[in-house]
Amino acid sequence: MTRRPTGWHAAKVTALHPETASARRIELEVPTWPGNDPGAHLDIRLTAPDGYQASRSYSIASSGEGTRVVLAVDEVPNGEVSPFLVEDLLVDDMLEVHGPLGSYFIWSPDSEERPVQLIAGGSGVVPLFAMAEAHALAGDASGFRMLYSVRTPADRFFASDLEGFAAHGSLQLDYVYTRQTPAGWAVPPGRITREVLEAAAWPAEVRPIVYVCGPTPFVETVAGWLTELGHDPRAVLTERFGGG
Amino acid sequence: MSFITRGFTGRGRERDPRLPPGQTLVEDWPVLSAGPTPDIDTADWEFVVVTENGRHTWTWDEMQALGVEDVTVDIHCVTHWSKLEMPWRGVPLDKVFENVETTHDYVMAHSYGGYTTNVPLDELLDGQAWIAIEADGEPLSPEHGGPARLLVPHLYFWKSAKWIRGLVTMPSDDPGFWEQNGYHLHGDPWQEERYW
Repeated sequence: MTRRPTGWHAAKVTALHPETASARRIELEVPTWPGNDPGAHLDIRLTAPDGYQASRSYSIASSGEGTRVVLAVDEVPNGEVSPFLVEDLLVDDMLEVHGPLGSYFIWSPDSEERPVQLIAGGSGVVPLFAMAEAHALAGDASGFRMLYSVRTPADRFFASDLEGFAAHGSLQLDYVYTRQTPAGWAVPPGRITREVLEAAAWPAEVRPIVYVCGPTPFVETVAGWLTELGHDPRAVLTERFGGG
Repeated sequence: MSFITRGFTGRGRERDPRLPPGQTLVEDWPVLSAGPTPDIDTADWEFVVVTENGRHTWTWDEMQALGVEDVTVDIHCVTHWSKLEMPWRGVPLDKVFENVETTHDYVMAHSYGGYTTNVPLDELLDGQAWIAIEADGEPLSPEHGGPARLLVPHLYFWKSAKWIRGLVTMPSDDPGFWEQNGYHLHGDPWQEERYW
């Protein structure tokens, strides 16, 4: 992990892509960005013409030393900042960002070699994607697994990238579909269970480091089961989100 | 640095003067924790204050016997949400420190589960901080730090350590968990002391 200076930066929107029906991938060019570790986040501050400001934190989907910063923002119904970012933001717009932030919910290729279990609920996949991508790019030897709970196949973030990592063997990828499964899926849709977690995740005996990110009830439930399954609570790192 | 964001008008036209800069009002109560929620039985709960002169301990019942009071406070999370006029019940730290002697100026709060956070001692006294056991009229739930958490509402809420188990006085302002991981040593929301 690298200590990086945190500060305000001017970011230019270079590309926008729909990620799902409610989420958008936002690519920024931040000439003064000091790079960021996988799992870091940043604050975005929007300013209205009368000086009114609104700030929110977003996980970063990219990592490394470059000045390209990728976000994937899910629109929160009745939110204030996410609807602007998902619906109104245009290429070439400028944004104020503050970061990089966070040096705890971080995985880095130069971390101790240890199996890594990523567990994502919905848009909580964003910082975990950054870790999986960094791991794939580094050719790192740690065994990476991701268990990704998502409503329907169309709600998956980074689906083709993640499947690429899985196809190249750098990631074992398991999905839990809560509302609708792909055709021919072996199990009906439903919430993650302790049995599914136990079957898909690294067992406690191999001492994995576990990153869990998603809505609070998801994180509470999964982190509780992990403790029951014998995982060291200090090796279970959580990040929760709420509010838009 | 600050510039107008093209196309942004914002929703919160009536800005509540009780909201510090960069904060948004919420009605619900988001949960933020760095790891799993510990399961703590009040029968096993113990609270300890350690100074250069020794240890003081309280059981759950002994802590309550110090005197629980009602307070209504605003809380401000560094992740940009604030909750206003929230009713709490807790034991003021003035009571806890009544018979504690120390020349130290700082305190490290320690939680079940290993979390730590640093606070200047004088910011825990004079009615500024509590060992909180109820919020919104209910016993504190485990995910919100139950059975007891520190409540220091004038600082960002990561200072209000969940699952509190003790306070250790210290001569210098050493950083706690989030303070080592990028958050400000002090954390005054009105000064926007969010990060280093």
